[in-house]
Amino acid sequence: MRAPKKPKLAVWKFASCDGCQLSLLDCEDELLAVAGAIDIAYFPEASRAMVKGPYDLSLVEGSITTPHDAERIHQIRRQSKFLVTIGACATSGGIQALRNFKNVREFTSLVYASPEFISTLDKSTPISGHIKVDFELHGCPISKEQLLEVISAYLNGRKPNTPSHALCIECKRAGIVCVMVAHGTPCLGPVTHAGCGVICPQYDRGCYGCFGPKETPNAHSLAASLAGAGWSKDEIMRVFRTYNAEAPAFRKASTSHED
Amino acid sequence: MKTRTIKVDYLARVEGEGALYVKARGDHVEDVKLKIFEPPRFFEAFLRGRDFREAPDITARICGICPIAYQMGAVHAMESICNVMIDPRIRLLRRLIYCGEWIESHVLHIYMLHLPDFLGYPDAIQMAKDHPEAVQRALRMKKIGNGIMTLLGGREIHPINVRVGGFYKTPTRRELSSLTDDLKWGLEAAIVTVKLVSTLNFQNFEQDYEFVCLRHPDEYPLNEGSLVSNKGIDCPISQYDANLIEEHVAHSTALQTTVKGRGSAHLGPMARYSLNYDQLTPLAKNAAVNAGLEKTCRNPFKSIIVRAVEVVFAFEEALRIIKEYDQPPCPAVDVKPRAGTGYGCTEAPRGICYHRYTIDDAGIIRDAKIVSPTAVNQKTIEGDLRYFIEPNLHLPDEKLKWECEQAIRNYYPCISCSAHFLKLNIERA
Ligand code: SF4
Ligand code: SF4
Repeated sequence: MRAPKKPKLAVWKFASCDGCQLSLLDCEDELLAVAGAIDIAYFPEASRAMVKGPYDLSLVEGSITTPHDAERIHQIRRQSKFLVTIGACATSGGIQALRNFKNVREFTSLVYASPEFISTLDKSTPISGHIKVDFELHGCPISKEQLLEVISAYLNGRKPNTPSHALCIECKRAGIVCVMVAHGTPCLGPVTHAGCGVICPQYDRGCYGCFGPKETPNAHSLAASLAGAGWSKDEIMRVFRTYNAEAPAFRKASTSHED
Repeated sequence: MKTRTIKVDYLARVEGEGALYVKARGDHVEDVKLKIFEPPRFFEAFLRGRDFREAPDITARICGICPIAYQMGAVHAMESICNVMIDPRIRLLRRLIYCGEWIESHVLHIYMLHLPDFLGYPDAIQMAKDHPEAVQRALRMKKIGNGIMTLLGGREIHPINVRVGGFYKTPTRRELSSLTDDLKWGLEAAIVTVKLVSTLNFQNFEQDYEFVCLRHPDEYPLNEGSLVSNKGIDCPISQYDANLIEEHVAHSTALQTTVKGRGSAHLGPMARYSLNYDQLTPLAKNAAVNAGLEKTCRNPFKSIIVRAVEVVFAFEEALRIIKEYDQPPCPAVDVKPRAGTGYGCTEAPRGICYHRYTIDDAGIIRDAKIVSPTAVNQKTIEGDLRYFIEPNLHLPDEKLKWECEQAIRNYYPCISCSAHFLKLNIERA
């Protein structure tokens, strides 16, 4: 009897640091099992064998920043049955979306002596601004556990279990001492999407929002409490303008603190 | 005479996107271009106007494979501007987390990206079918490297615990000792790795490179040292810009670097090893000798052995640090901003990574310059290819393509640093 055909996985890269796709290779204990359950058909970071599409599951890393990439993402959508964005770049435009608040020509000439060689768009945009996305993973970088959850949910035909509440709730449930209450350390936990496993507070650091805004965050009230703690307008603007600056809730919070 | 073109449109098993274009006429190579098509991300531009304390977290996002290199470059530069002294115990912890990054990155490269070329597999997963033991060893070693990063940094990719002045939280002695058994196993595994890779078949290919790296009087270089080369550079890192010049070439989104008045610079394990052989830890040196490695290595295909020797070093060094460790009373010193310009240059797994910042009295970054090792090595890789391809032009395209890819992977080019890698495009008669 022939074994049933394994579903095909593809991993795609746009503007990014490669960190999110590296998370898959960082699943040292699970990698070979994953490769046993799903056919890693296209993953140029790891293999020179590139099997043609269509693909059952596509993981997309990175944001759209060039005219060519804006086209390429449509081809990928056409070849993919189920498409998941992995990480802040793909899901909300990433750190490179800081250009969206500036004049990109100025940026180009600051970095490159011959800016005419550089082909780039004015804005860095998330994948969902271009095509239909079936599922989004947050984080800069994503959590390995959540990545494995998405793959295994896909293989088992169920919805991935990735909570959409605030990091703050995850933190309290884990019984971690609140850094705001205990040390007065400012923390974006109340507005940040859960999923990282509450890393920063366990290292006596406030969350800086690398998982982006949770659903319906009250960024306004957090900004008010930061102001109450003595933060300047500029500091508040910057804290919302990092790895998820283009996510609507954070964009709103940062622009309302612009001078 | 007709020309022959060979193209590799998307170079695999490098970090990022790139392509290679080679044009040959008869048995002569006319042009070699390593094309980088990583979309520009403008880090240097948007660092302007940010707070100096944000630099380590922001610059980490340049590269998911070597975030520590960027974080360390940034913290050292900022601390030099603000003139603060770092507790020697913090200094050791920084060395330790860097060992973690070297282990993770080198093992990934040796076993998962480079070894498949030597053994004729498209990737490590296919290789695992015939060589399960080697791949399992690699995964466990890699995990131990990541374990150091996670314990000290909070996570392996973009660690959250590194800050200007030190760390947010330092581990207890006991927490660090929990790594000891794994590290001891890793050290043995690293020695086995050196043996394994030293038995591979190597192309007979040597170049008279200008090796550029750091050199420290007391130790194998990681975070600190002066800038040296085998052709005359010997200066503090603040003189980097006077020695290594950057220019922007049209076929790449990365800026290309040359040594002033000379040619390309070769960064990375071979440079470090050849200019710091005397500083290697005892077992690492021993492993190199047993592998038949000379004190200088000029064959880039043998970089896989040098990397393995550096993995032995990293495990040995990590064990030493953990043994000596004693938890500092404060995880970080308080750093007050003051106006000035400062430099950071550290040894990323694939070579020196240079940072220069200017900040104002309020600690706002006014100017930033960051040079990734791949941007510098790009010219060296093009040079290698030119010499490498000519005597091999008789090979059929497919074979030649793979060999070229391997010649590029000798450097583990990390194109996301600045850019993304390989299309091979060989035009020939
Ligand atoms: S989201 Fe962060 S970790 Fe992931 S690719 Fe983008 S910059 Fe890298
Ligand atoms: S605590 Fe916040 S900033 Fe830290 S890793 Fe988690 S989501 Fe990211």
